[in-house]
Amino acid sequence: MAPSRYGAMYNKPRMKSAMFFAIFSILAAGAEVRMKLPNGKSDLAAGKKLFEHHCGLCHGQQGEGGRGPVLAKPGLSRAPDDAALVNVIANGLRGTEMPGADAMSEREVRQTAAHVRSLGKLRSEPVPGDVAKGAEIYRGKGGCANCHALKGDGGIAGPGLAGIGGRRSAAYLRDSLTTPDSDLPDGYLLVTATPKAGPPITGARANEDSFSIQILHPSGRVHSFWKSELLEIKKQRGKSSMPSYKATLTDNELTGLVAFLASLKEEK
Amino acid sequence: MKALFLLIAPLLAAQVRVPFERIRDAGKEPGNWLTYSRDYSGQRYSPLDQINSANVAKLRVAWMSQADEADTVQTSPIVVDGIMFITKPPNIVEALDARTGRSLWTYRRDIPSDFRGCCGKVNRGVAILGDSIFYGTIDAHLVALDARTGAVRWDVTLADPKLGYSGTGAPLAIKDKIIVGMAGGEFGVRGFIDAYDAKTGKRAWRFNTIPEKGQPGNETWAGESWRTGSATTWVTGVYDIDTNTLFWGTGNPGPDWNGDSRKGDNLYSDCLLAIDPDTGAKKWHFQYTPHDVNDWDSTQTPILAEGLFQGQICKMVVLANRNGFYYSLDRDTGKFIAGRPFVKQTWAKGLDESGRPMRLPNTTPTADGLLLWPSLGGGSNWYSSTFSPQTKFYYVNAKEQGAIYLKGEAEFKAGAFFNGGGQRRYKGEDPYGAVRALDVATGELKWEYKLHMPSHAGLMTTAGGLVFGSNQSSFFALDAKSGGLLWRFEAGGTIVANPISYSVDGKQYVAIAAKHNLLVFSLD
Repeated sequence: MAPSRYGAMYNKPRMKSAMFFAIFSILAAGAEVRMKLPNGKSDLAAGKKLFEHHCGLCHGQQGEGGRGPVLAKPGLSRAPDDAALVNVIANGLRGTEMPGADAMSEREVRQTAAHVRSLGKLRSEPVPGDVAKGAEIYRGKGGCANCHALKGDGGIAGPGLAGIGGRRSAAYLRDSLTTPDSDLPDGYLLVTATPKAGPPITGARANEDSFSIQILHPSGRVHSFWKSELLEIKKQRGKSSMPSYKATLTDNELTGLVAFLASLKEEK
Repeated sequence: MKALFLLIAPLLAAQVRVPFERIRDAGKEPGNWLTYSRDYSGQRYSPLDQINSANVAKLRVAWMSQADEADTVQTSPIVVDGIMFITKPPNIVEALDARTGRSLWTYRRDIPSDFRGCCGKVNRGVAILGDSIFYGTIDAHLVALDARTGAVRWDVTLADPKLGYSGTGAPLAIKDKIIVGMAGGEFGVRGFIDAYDAKTGKRAWRFNTIPEKGQPGNETWAGESWRTGSATTWVTGVYDIDTNTLFWGTGNPGPDWNGDSRKGDNLYSDCLLAIDPDTGAKKWHFQYTPHDVNDWDSTQTPILAEGLFQGQICKMVVLANRNGFYYSLDRDTGKFIAGRPFVKQTWAKGLDESGRPMRLPNTTPTADGLLLWPSLGGGSNWYSSTFSPQTKFYYVNAKEQGAIYLKGEAEFKAGAFFNGGGQRRYKGEDPYGAVRALDVATGELKWEYKLHMPSHAGLMTTAGGLVFGSNQSSFFALDAKSGGLLWRFEAGGTIVANPISYSVDGKQYVAIAAKHNLLVFSLD
């Protein structure tokens, strides 16, 4: 239940943005997909520049990962061949935070794909730390499962973490643990609604329109309000309800926890 | 008795006959919706008042019609004497009993497997003339269907869909002709407006929205750029009966966000064209955004209205443009009367005396991205605005949203996207929407009703003192005088369509498409 609830919560605003932004699927026809990636010097240079403008923000300027997965590795699970890679860049990945490159021409998409493949020839850094120890901290001292679920098992105050290692880099995960506000998933918004009668409710916004708002309380209860019943809605932009683990975990424990999270690859 | 009536309802359909005079005199038939915007004025105003500000709170669903396909239903229905004609994705026309929602016939057309299209297999409605229904297909044909059965009477090709041409707008019937526009502005096509003989399907004229070499206006395109300059015509125009003038808007120049190869004003992109519907000859044009580099099509349906300006009643043609400005023009000459921004805009200092925008420096897209208001979706878009003769207000569904515009390379390949950039979401400010009531002559804001998110849906006013509109998946009614909320309905799917109203057997209905459904409301 929890992952699908979060799925809906995080995906919805993306779908909305797709509505309001004319997102053009650049490669609708199959013919271009089978084309070879360019390998000329100028194409690769152009691809590098395009990557830095459009992709580096999430995937890191060298493809080292960040908010988006590591690309500086030989095999990409969502792009097993070049045609698939071109398709992912052009059209994005439904149900993820990866948008389609509506600002790129077909050639630019192929140049970018060629650069992404060249990144894979670099050696990627292995993630240090003891995975088993990290798993212990996840369930024990860290108390992570109180708020996060793995495949439906755990709390729902925070996003589900199944497959998180495939979506975020180790450096990003470490940063999230020590500075939770540094970056939040698309669509996540912590809100406090104050009804005219009754106590204020704080939680993650599940949905909102002109007339009503639905808030997911950490207890798992959904609070639904007509806006006409509320005195105030306070939106805590860029705020996470997660505490920082900087002081509560040792450096070693943090490294282990990051290794554990990084080991949670694609949700099969 | 009632059962008998139901049995003969399809027989009534057999009598559907709408000569030009009925559309011209639509004011005499308040219960019918005979053309895209109800009548030729584009006002999308229903003279029905059974549903009004006193009782609209009791509005409830009377019936629904569902579509099977993934794309949204964006149809604006036609209703004639109890029969409704709608379009559904991917390429369907359907006739329904407007009282019960029961289907009478369906025309279904296969789509070529290599069809591309930019923005979904969407369609905004049909036209009726005589006893034929006229439908611009997603694969760029115009077909005439027997209104009684849906049988094809004739089928003509507008242009080659492999090159990016498509049909999404409702045609417009004038006299003995069917006027139709085309879409494909992201493929480097060359825009046109066509007129066909309603009886035979023979093309009467074509107005190319980009003049060719040797014609006036061609000099506003550098080199050969006019050949791939787009200027499409994908939303239905309006018609001035008094002066026999067709008004039709044109879309963005191509490539959309990179203007390097097409230096000049790029006529007649982003224009309002005034055309003689008998001959296709241009009377005048007004360009809203010269040398557009933001994809601000000016295709939205304009409105013919009378407005008071500096103590004088003027016959105007008005619209709230995607570029963020509201404009009123003299309907007979195309001369600019007044204009002002109706949403936040950061690209122009204002409009000069002729109505030309004074573009600020450094406001064209860059490779790194340039933040600008409004976004490429515009201050408003293709969905209809409305004018109420009761309040004399122009109502627009306004979008408050900025975007980061990107310039990319633009390589032309026939049938492929020819954009030269795009936009990135700007996360620094929450976008929102608003229904705004404007003074029709000046665009001065009279009231606004704020919406949580910008929405992509049209408005309708009624003699019941109402404005119907949509936001996300909500359909609602506002008080036309004050903007107060009177009724709302959660439709459960995003609304990207225009509302209409009609009556059958003395009972008023309101219809709106929401995602895969057409919803029809009545009082009981």
